[in-house]
Amino acid sequence: MDQSIYRSHILICGGTGCVSSGCKEVRSSLEEELAERDLVNEIKVIETGCHGFCEKGPLMIVYPEGVFYCKVQPEDMEEVVEEHILKGKVVERLLYTDPTTGENIPSYQEIDFYKKQQRTALINCGYIDPEEIKEYIATGGYEAIGKALTEMTPQEVIDEVKESGLRGRGGGGFPTGLKWQFASDAEGDKKYVICNADEGDPGAFMDRSILEGDPHVLIEGMILAAYAVGADEGYVYVRAEYPLAIKRLRVALEQAEENGLLGENLFGTDFSFKLRIKEGAGAFVCGEETALMASIEGERGMPRPRPPFPAEKGLWGKPTNINNVETYANVPAIIKEGAEAYKQVGTEGSTGTKVFALTGKINNTGLAEVPMGITMREIIYDIGGGINEGKEFKAVQIGGPSGGCLPEDKLDLTIDYDSLLEVGAMMGSGGLVVMDEDTCMVDVARFFLDFTQSESCGKCTPCRIGTKQMLDILERITVGEGQEGDIELLERLAENIKSTSLCGLGQTAPNPVLSTLRYFRDEYEAHIYEQTCPAGACEELLGAYVIDGEACVGCTVCTEACPVDAIAGEAKEEHLIDEDACIACGACVDKCPVDAITQ
Amino acid sequence: MGTITVTIDGQQVEVDQQATLLDAANKVDIEIPTLCYHPDLTLHGSCRICVVEDAESGNLLASCATPVTDGMKIKTITDKVIEARKMNLELLLSDHPNDCMTCEADGACDLQELVYEYDVSEPSFGLMEEGKFEVKNENPFIEFDSNKCILCGKCVRVDNEVQCSGAIDFIERGFSSKVAVPFDQDLGADFSSCVFCGQCVEMCPTGALTYKPAKGQGREYELEKVETTCPYCGVGCQIELQVKDNKIVQVGSIYDEDHPNPVGETCVKGRFAYDFVDHPERLTKPLIKKDGEFEEVSWDEALDYTAQKLGKIKEEDGGEAIAGLTSARCSNEENYIFQKFMRGALGTNSVDHCARL
Repeated sequence: MDQSIYRSHILICGGTGCVSSGCKEVRSSLEEELAERDLVNEIKVIETGCHGFCEKGPLMIVYPEGVFYCKVQPEDMEEVVEEHILKGKVVERLLYTDPTTGENIPSYQEIDFYKKQQRTALINCGYIDPEEIKEYIATGGYEAIGKALTEMTPQEVIDEVKESGLRGRGGGGFPTGLKWQFASDAEGDKKYVICNADEGDPGAFMDRSILEGDPHVLIEGMILAAYAVGADEGYVYVRAEYPLAIKRLRVALEQAEENGLLGENLFGTDFSFKLRIKEGAGAFVCGEETALMASIEGERGMPRPRPPFPAEKGLWGKPTNINNVETYANVPAIIKEGAEAYKQVGTEGSTGTKVFALTGKINNTGLAEVPMGITMREIIYDIGGGINEGKEFKAVQIGGPSGGCLPEDKLDLTIDYDSLLEVGAMMGSGGLVVMDEDTCMVDVARFFLDFTQSESCGKCTPCRIGTKQMLDILERITVGEGQEGDIELLERLAENIKSTSLCGLGQTAPNPVLSTLRYFRDEYEAHIYEQTCPAGACEELLGAYVIDGEACVGCTVCTEACPVDAIAGEAKEEHLIDEDACIACGACVDKCPVDAITQ
Repeated sequence: MGTITVTIDGQQVEVDQQATLLDAANKVDIEIPTLCYHPDLTLHGSCRICVVEDAESGNLLASCATPVTDGMKIKTITDKVIEARKMNLELLLSDHPNDCMTCEADGACDLQELVYEYDVSEPSFGLMEEGKFEVKNENPFIEFDSNKCILCGKCVRVDNEVQCSGAIDFIERGFSSKVAVPFDQDLGADFSSCVFCGQCVEMCPTGALTYKPAKGQGREYELEKVETTCPYCGVGCQIELQVKDNKIVQVGSIYDEDHPNPVGETCVKGRFAYDFVDHPERLTKPLIKKDGEFEEVSWDEALDYTAQKLGKIKEEDGGEAIAGLTSARCSNEENYIFQKFMRGALGTNSVDHCARL
């Protein structure tokens, strides 16, 4: 490792979001500028993992001042080097501007998006160089495994995790310590630990960000689990669509091996652990643990009946502990700081923090790690900056395709595993899709069913055919062909799919339909009985436009706006729309100065 | 291994710890319908027809896939169970052609039987209107109509676990899932490793996999079942000839652990090569060539003729001048007698067998 002392570190976010918005070019440009001014030995440029505020990427932070620049472009680098690095003057125009006060905020800790966050799993993301093990160690990394191996018995590790109250972050919320206990108690000469990094919920990318931004925290968490349950071999099952995550994880594995943190006789003890990567081919169902294990074994990724649970009979029939990335990423902190400290954050039943991926019609999209027990309102309005373009909030979809849509009156619900289940949603992996007034809830349900149907493995009857039937009914409703009895049929079908499907994918697939029926039933009814889409989103249900003759002032603005010449009328006289010619584009409505046109 | 006690429909049953709810029910003759379950194959748990209700939680459990736990109380017939089975049948029907009238499996179709039993006369989701998949029948033996397939996976399992051909597996996802050979070709295609043992057809609960030579030859209920030993080799596979009007329509499997082929295994010959039985060119009487032409003769004349000729060769040139070739289609006993006759009566060790060629 480079031992030189630099007067400044410049962190460039190298998460997938910022890579897409051009951080690589920014980095090259910055390095050129630094080289030109002979500053290479003074200023160190570090590419980090995801910083979370993807909306504003590419992101850059200049230390020691901690100045946060957003939406930086290659051509900005000359100014950054010239003004900030050489003259010590902050480049105001690249700072984050608070949308309400209009003030520029130089330090990211002061930005609303970050203020309410509390980071455990993401603590190093965006802060260290993920491809440099010493940076992880410098932040206290691998201390937990040192402590566990030299001072704790495996049972003590399990007890500490149990005491912490940590629950599975992949969706189910099963107590992690208890899961480890099962795998530890299971008899077997060979055991495995697996990390489920087959993150597949649309819009969720927290696991990818941890892998990209802090791969060693996952490795350390897995070593702790292996030590606790008595495993000597592990797999990280990560989807092949995450090339950057795989690359960084591979580098991290090599470095951990070189440094004696993976391999034989760790820390001079009898404990040995081998960890390898298994790339998945991107089937959503492979996030289901039994399908995931079938896939590692080289079989088609199809779920197997449970019980037996993996803890008893898992990979190749051996006792196996399987957790997701974020769960493992919480473990080193628990062992290092102790369960007591960990429990201070969150609620009694759901301790610690949870990472949410904010997407949809929200101002600040990105990743936010918040304490359990925070309200949805705080996440959406304080961190997420509210709804795009000043529109009204309508619903938030939480938990991906297995989750549910919650309406406005649930915004003050404190978020934890159990409260979400009570209202018909679930934590899932923590994807939050925010929807505004223009979103049709029937269409949302249709979207998710379309997803689960095409991702169903096709094994069991209710999931393979039942989700297809639900999708057909929903499609029918959104094009105005809904029939009386469709809602009841959807409900019966949903109940059947939930209670008779083989795996979690099918058992939760009807949730988007059930939750929208629960909170937005009137929208379904409007589609079926009145042939209208209250949100104005379902194209087939948009009727022709008409001009209110009394209100029309004959200004001719609409005639000029109409792209198909469907409006006729002399100046200062009432105008008329030819219904057959009208394509319902709405251009006239937007232009009419007296709001005389309605649908 | 210990046993545990569970209660099924009020009856207490003591079963092995490894048993499933289905095993426990079978033990006390409580019938639970299944489509994907077969005792000789690994557990699949896909059809969800065998659901039963846990009396404590009210949850539905797939009885074929749920291990018993001590003190469990199960109800196999409740409104909830019937409703779930019925709806899963309705779902299967919605993705199944409505052609029982002409289907080869009519009368031998598990789906048809259950639909009748559960009175699914007005399926909520209708019936399949047009086929989703092309029927594969480019080979002489097996017709594969994926439209009729309910994806129970029995064919895939018997192919991979019993026959070990690895010829078929599931492809695609969701509603497009189907069973296929590589590249979704015909079973007889170049890339296919199908050996036409026919075990998949035997396992198929519907008319998705059917025997081509049997097409239109008779309904299941018209066929007389004759258990016999396959005549082709010394293994002695037990097979079931299914006969109509004294003609073999098809060859079925028998599942009996005491048989040399306990899971109904047989090869392509045992399964399909029976047309010689009624073939017009089959020799049923001995022939002797007289004046350059074959002539039908009596068995006595034929045997006398053969004995006389063999005797003459032995007398003039010694037994070593004679060689004998027997057939793999004879039984072990017949082959034993043959070599004994050749060595003992004719005095030659030149005895061979067609399977060595």
